[in-house]
Amino acid sequence: MDISFALTGKGYVIVAADTTAARSIVKMKSDEDKIKVLSPHLLMAFSGEPGDTVNFAEYVERNLRLYHIRHTYALRPASAASWIRRSLAESLRSRSPYAVNLLLGGYDTATHTPELYWVDYMGTLTSVPFGAHGYGSYFALSLLDRYHDPEANLEEGLATLRRCIDEVSKRLVVSPGKYKVKVVDKDGVREIEL
Amino acid sequence: MSIMQYNGGSTIAMVGKDCVAIACDLRLGNQALGISSNFEKIFAMTERTYIGLPGLATDVTTLHEQLRYRLNMYTIKEERTMEPETFIHLVSSTLYEKRWGPYFIEPVLAGLQRMPGGSFRPFIASTDLIGCINFAKDFVVAGTASEKLFGVAEGLWEPDLAPEDLFETISQTLLNAVDRDAYSGWGAVVYVITEDKVIKRTLKGRMD
Repeated sequence: MDISFALTGKGYVIVAADTTAARSIVKMKSDEDKIKVLSPHLLMAFSGEPGDTVNFAEYVERNLRLYHIRHTYALRPASAASWIRRSLAESLRSRSPYAVNLLLGGYDTATHTPELYWVDYMGTLTSVPFGAHGYGSYFALSLLDRYHDPEANLEEGLATLRRCIDEVSKRLVVSPGKYKVKVVDKDGVREIEL
Repeated sequence: MSIMQYNGGSTIAMVGKDCVAIACDLRLGNQALGISSNFEKIFAMTERTYIGLPGLATDVTTLHEQLRYRLNMYTIKEERTMEPETFIHLVSSTLYEKRWGPYFIEPVLAGLQRMPGGSFRPFIASTDLIGCINFAKDFVVAGTASEKLFGVAEGLWEPDLAPEDLFETISQTLLNAVDRDAYSGWGAVVYVITEDKVIKRTLKGRMD
């Protein structure tokens, strides 16, 4: 199962996800990007049922892009999160629900605040200082309870993320080898090599 | 385990003298794993009507949005605000509409009902997940800690409590009940509603 983490800091959100694509016990691929860039200041890490994940992520990506084109400005993180939540909540009670869990990290350019939302496949939406999905959450959340600092700079934030990744590598039986890390701040979205 | 206990969380409402109070915990979990300690389950519907929506977290948001929409439509069409007693019937019919595929929420409502003379009467009520209304004179409870809340409230509540005493009673009831429930807790929010003002207080709780 996929592992994803996200944490906020002073003026930024870090989103990280592993890069393995597995079928049963076989690793099919080890450089899969599971973090979509939805708008200039919005990131989405997705995990869950293979097939559903990419399909839903692209559906969201295209709809938010359409909104951007129609209105000339992108949806702010809170509004985008609301729209995505509703899509999942409606899908849950449909004939073929999406089984996709999300971490939405964004930077609100109007209020100049970093925002992070934890969303699951049922459409549960909550704003969090840090979050995780998959088996990684059982190890990372307690670490983040201890080490997370909302006022930390980017270097400190990445050090905290590294702690989480190292702990998962150490303790989880089927730990993934590589992670992709993306950051969103006032300057937009960029990828970071750990 | 039932879907009603999946995310955890509890809500309580109490009647006082010319005032009502409603309170909820702040936990959002996935079974035993805590996700958020800032998930409020109480929403202001009108100036004097507050509703608590404990249950499945996705339905907390969905039902809140649905009720807000229907209340706004009523306000626009009727050009007046809705009274709590009317509102609980709106809640009831909204839930019963989904009788065979319900929202997994047990709402708790607290408000002040405007009387013909212009005075206000305390009003509380709760419903089950398919909208069967329970009109109570003293207190109503719901959520994963409901059994514990019943016990503590039964022991602490008394009639005609003043706003400050009612705040103390509802706070102690909630805090002590959720400490005996693994799926509720992680802080609390209390609203005390009186004729001229609404006081919101955030309480610290045990974080285990």
